[in-house]
Amino acid sequence: MTNPKGRFGVHGGQYIPETLMNAVIELEEAYNRFKNDPDFQKELKDLLNEYAGRPSRLYYAEKMTKDLGGAKIYLKREDLNHTGAHKINNVLGQALLAKKMGKTRLIAETGAGQHGVATATAAALMGMECVVFMGEEDTIRQALNVYRMRLLGAEVIPVKTGTATLKDAVSEAMREWTSRISDTHYCLGSVMGPHPFPTIVRDFQAVISKEIRSQLLEKEGRLPDAVIACVGGGSNAIGSFYDFIPDTSVRLIGCEAAGRGIDTFETAATISTGRLGLFHGMKSYFCQDKYGQIAPVYSISAGLDYPGVGPEHAHLHDIGRAEYVPVTDEEAVCAFEYLAKTEGIIPAIESAHAVAYAQKLAPTLSKDKIIVVTISGRGDKDCAAIARYRGEDLHE
Amino acid sequence: MSNIKKAFENGKAFIPFITCGDPDLETTAKIVKEMAANGADLIELGIPFSDPTAEGPVIQNANLRALSGGVTTDKIFDLVRDLRKDVKIPMVFMTYANVVFSYGAEKFISTLKEIQMDGLILPDLPFEEKDEFQPLCDKYGIDLISLIAPTSENRIAMIAKEAKGFIYIVSSLGVTGTRSEIKTDLASIVKTVRENTDTPCAIGFGISNPEQAAGMADLSDGAIVGSAIVKIVEKAGRNAAPEVGRFVKSMKDAIR
Repeated sequence: MTNPKGRFGVHGGQYIPETLMNAVIELEEAYNRFKNDPDFQKELKDLLNEYAGRPSRLYYAEKMTKDLGGAKIYLKREDLNHTGAHKINNVLGQALLAKKMGKTRLIAETGAGQHGVATATAAALMGMECVVFMGEEDTIRQALNVYRMRLLGAEVIPVKTGTATLKDAVSEAMREWTSRISDTHYCLGSVMGPHPFPTIVRDFQAVISKEIRSQLLEKEGRLPDAVIACVGGGSNAIGSFYDFIPDTSVRLIGCEAAGRGIDTFETAATISTGRLGLFHGMKSYFCQDKYGQIAPVYSISAGLDYPGVGPEHAHLHDIGRAEYVPVTDEEAVCAFEYLAKTEGIIPAIESAHAVAYAQKLAPTLSKDKIIVVTISGRGDKDCAAIARYRGEDLHE
Repeated sequence: MSNIKKAFENGKAFIPFITCGDPDLETTAKIVKEMAANGADLIELGIPFSDPTAEGPVIQNANLRALSGGVTTDKIFDLVRDLRKDVKIPMVFMTYANVVFSYGAEKFISTLKEIQMDGLILPDLPFEEKDEFQPLCDKYGIDLISLIAPTSENRIAMIAKEAKGFIYIVSSLGVTGTRSEIKTDLASIVKTVRENTDTPCAIGFGISNPEQAAGMADLSDGAIVGSAIVKIVEKAGRNAAPEVGRFVKSMKDAIR
């Protein structure tokens, strides 16, 4: 029997170098100590409410609902959080935990830059040193976020290896962590990597689904019929799903980045096109070739441009509790523009993948059904890239 | 027990590493033969992986060169089948867990037996996860090599007690690559290892010259050298074999 620690069905585990084992064990022990500590929880809650601006709004998208003519659509507005995305929920939790562990330095990987910005923000707030690894390709796609991180006092290291995107940033952050452990916490940004990260990040993001539940009960007196979120590693999705997992009447739908389509090689839709593997510390589904070489995935969205998926999502897929659907670049860009014009909300291109699927699903459901779509981040950072996609050269 | 013990019967063991297929498999074959002829006691053959998270830039680049040259696990198995006609010293594969898992663990490990490989090193498979492959390695008589790191501390005894073949002691924090200085208290790690097992141990990571190799072998049962050799191949390309041979000889002479 393989290590039962941190397993979600067969997925999860701790496939990492020996050098890091005591670090993840120490992290797990610290997390178990603080997760039920009332002082820690109060401190975190104060940060989330007073600093990050929680609870985030659950907004009834009336125009979108009427336009699509089916289910009632609510938007969970994680884009309104401080730093503009759900990433801050996890980062404040991990930074506080790291501080309690006596760490003075945070390192992080970032794709779109939202997690890097959130980590740099928490480090500035808590007086910690911060180094962010970002694929060189992404530093170009998301130049504004690179500037934000530097403004916040973080060092941004462009990663040139491999595809120079999120997976390479994760690899480089792991390499950095093996070289400097005693004062450094690796603030992983998604529900991935070795145990205990998928559990810690999920717990810190579960605030999203807890709020959706209480907010919707207040507004509608019932639970939603479906919750839709985009999935790269899967942190905003697991955060949106988690509290509803026992409520089997609630459909949980994760939207993967199909890039140019799941029938092409230019895709990042892991559950649609990947298979079981061992990578970045976890057993899960990965886009890979027949020899297990990790595939150079592609999506217009830097935040979803990752060849794997968090182990809990892989398990929810296996047991049929959640559905995972591919959404192409073109569909996401159209949804990006649609939400801007219909509701006056510019979503992150990542979140636009979820909006795109809501556009497909809502008209197929009757008007008494309710869909919640998580807008995981705001889209300012994407405007230049979307303009380029539409053939316009925009200088920021 | 496999043939690996023979590697530790000629005094201190010198264990060179090479990435298979860098720059091509013909060169790898020549290099392996040179290594064996010049005193290597055990050879680590790297099966390239797209995302080698335990490697520094030198071996990362070698992996990419090999993969872009079209090397695959099957082609490397064919290389070993051919090499085994001449090379009789113990050899182990060094790769990443997904390469084994994705190929089909039983198909991979049974092929190792068939082509007379002696062991398998997977730097992303710690003690807690070794049961992913250990039962199959036992079934086919392949030694799944354990690694011990400078941070292992309270874990050393547990790892050493179950170690097979030899123990790979990682000299320093961080990834593979040459280092000017190794600061870890390796003597105390080796002492704990010895208290818990008779399995030999060799030190690797950061060793690039005969003086360092002698020092490391003096502390343990042998020295493992990777990046310094891969650098020679990076520079000399298809003509690297004679120079690698001279390098291996100088290292083995230094630790004898």
